[in-house]
Amino acid sequence: MYRYDAYDQKLVDERVAQFRDQMRRHLAGELSDDEFRPVRLQNGLYIQRHAPMFRISIPYGHLASRQLRKLADLARTYDKGYVHFTTRQNVQFNWSPLEVIPEMCAELAKVEMHSIQTSGNCIRNFTSDPFAGVAGDELIDPRPWAEILRQWATFHPEFAYLPRKFKIAVNGAKEDRAVIQVHDIGLDLKKNETGEIGFRVLVGGGLGRTPIIGREIEAFVPWQHIITYCEAILRVYNRYGRRDNSFKARIKILVSALGIEEFRWQVREEWAHVKDGPNTLTVEEVHRVADFFDDPAYENLPVDDVAYHHHIAEDLAFASWVKRNVRAHKKPGYASVTLSLKKPGVAPGDITSDQLDLVADWADRFSFGEARVTHEQNLVLADVKKSELYTLWQLARKAGLATPNIGLLTDIICCPGGDFCSLANAKSIPIAAAIQERFDDLDYLHDVGNIEINISGCMNACGHHHVGNIGILGVDKNGEEWYQVTIGGSQGNDAAIGKVIGPSVARADMPDVIASLIETYIDERHEDELFIDTVRRIGLEPFKTRVYADRQTHRKVANV
Amino acid sequence: MSKSIKNGRIVNDDWQILTVAEGEDAAGISIPAGRVIVPLAAWLSRRDELAARGDVGVWFASHEGPEALEADIGRVAVIAVNFPKFVDGRGYSTAALLRTRYGYSGQLIAFGDVLRDQFNYLMRCGFDTLRPREGRYDDAQLDAALTSLADFTEPYQASVVHPQPLFRRVARAGVQVKA
Repeated sequence: MYRYDAYDQKLVDERVAQFRDQMRRHLAGELSDDEFRPVRLQNGLYIQRHAPMFRISIPYGHLASRQLRKLADLARTYDKGYVHFTTRQNVQFNWSPLEVIPEMCAELAKVEMHSIQTSGNCIRNFTSDPFAGVAGDELIDPRPWAEILRQWATFHPEFAYLPRKFKIAVNGAKEDRAVIQVHDIGLDLKKNETGEIGFRVLVGGGLGRTPIIGREIEAFVPWQHIITYCEAILRVYNRYGRRDNSFKARIKILVSALGIEEFRWQVREEWAHVKDGPNTLTVEEVHRVADFFDDPAYENLPVDDVAYHHHIAEDLAFASWVKRNVRAHKKPGYASVTLSLKKPGVAPGDITSDQLDLVADWADRFSFGEARVTHEQNLVLADVKKSELYTLWQLARKAGLATPNIGLLTDIICCPGGDFCSLANAKSIPIAAAIQERFDDLDYLHDVGNIEINISGCMNACGHHHVGNIGILGVDKNGEEWYQVTIGGSQGNDAAIGKVIGPSVARADMPDVIASLIETYIDERHEDELFIDTVRRIGLEPFKTRVYADRQTHRKVANV
Repeated sequence: MSKSIKNGRIVNDDWQILTVAEGEDAAGISIPAGRVIVPLAAWLSRRDELAARGDVGVWFASHEGPEALEADIGRVAVIAVNFPKFVDGRGYSTAALLRTRYGYSGQLIAFGDVLRDQFNYLMRCGFDTLRPREGRYDDAQLDAALTSLADFTEPYQASVVHPQPLFRRVARAGVQVKA
């Protein structure tokens, strides 16, 4: 993975010094709440329901074992011994006192980590494919490009006070695992007919209050020009994005208002001035960064491991874990393992310090000292020998990190919600817990198969509810928590925004509603048809009818 | 007379910035003698008269861009950009464009809600003069604020102050070869 040179380290250290002084001035009354707010947000610090919430960046999801151990230490020292992985490859602390945050930043800097631009109206953390470098369907490794762009965006002096937050994702595989279609800029690496590397560029996607799938603004921007091209987009947005209404300030609103053709024209006009300028990338710089992402020292192994297959045949629990949590690897004899952070009874994405230390140990022992974070809020050990899977599974099971539910109904994406977040209209974790509790029969879950349930506690959509096959959105009605349900959303190449099935339902009814949706699917599905495909084939009506018929017999429905 | 930071030093700033009250017509505003910076609309309506004076500058509101002044870049005594709120970041682009596209090399003043926490970014976008709101910082605080100019000493990206990005300015370390 990428390692800091003296310049990277100096910038992060200078940031710590800057923020330490800002915190000091704030506590001394020299920096007002209003003046401090954007400053602390751009250091990942929110003021939340119980205590500050502190968000740390995990660029494109990569974590070294020493970084996992540092997170574990910080959670023990400054928090309640656990952390929360988010849907954008960040990690959050929930209980640290305000005044210790600069100290935490200093500790993070020691292991090449930071909280820079994890919030605020600036360019946020770059996200990418958690299986980058190991997936069989990868065309071009997205990580060097994400790192190059991360550096460009870090402390960019012109784009630190944008109309609104700005999120960029990079994909380099056939199957998009970075949800690029719902980002402000989505970058899709590809080669043109002459074999030159470049980017298909999407713009104006996003969730939140106005969910929109990104539009293609350029079919191919050659790699040398990707920084200047992004700069042109950002400059047009910074100058002309709406600033009068924060709900209409994202770039998607500007793109919609101008129309993609006009927006494209404006960006090209701007680009014509900056193209071929100093920010044009050099072969040397791309090679320098790309070298950090060379394959680790894989051994030449046979494709199959006899003992591994023996264990699969002998041990049903292991077999079921392999089926759900183990993924094919480009290198013979290796596999990628997803450690589930969706154990029933634990808030999705949460992990304790002790577990983090264990994952760090396993990363060192089994996976070249590295782990990854997925936007589905799980952890990945990307490079595990098949011959060691059984040992790893036994360890992970003992540690509560081997729930065999990746991609299943209980692998719920969920924001912290009203239990923690001051923006939330409603709680989200108890909904996830109630669904996980209701659907605790593994055989049934496996029979239902791949399905994504995404839960957000408010319109800001941190739980990506719009792109869940089933999306659940917390809404406030006269002080009561209600939930709006959508179906038909999806991520990936066929990303789609889900459609609302009808009036909101009460929290207590949510497991029943999910059950009605699943039963409808089971009744209607063709053989081997996924939930999402059934929804696409038969439409909303059968689901809607079943859900509300079931509701009206015995429970109230909100009047909306 | 308000204090500014100009090229890294605290100076007494004698430019008077002429603001417009709400509802007042900027184009028809009365312009006093002496070193004065007028709203863009006032300049555009009386450009030849004001340019002839030689001591008149122009300021941009945050929604105004440098395109409007293209023909007069060489005729204004000074240019200023208003930050009505420090979170309104349009002025950063205005400054960068003035410096990199419109060839403006004279004094460029940031005024309004100008805070030390943004000094480094403002300077890197091409402002050489930072004028915080009167009374926002006392003398000691403004003195201390000078350190904020150097918050980031070797930034990654190209900007007005660093015309080349880091990867073109220095030889960066790559993967260290393992022994």
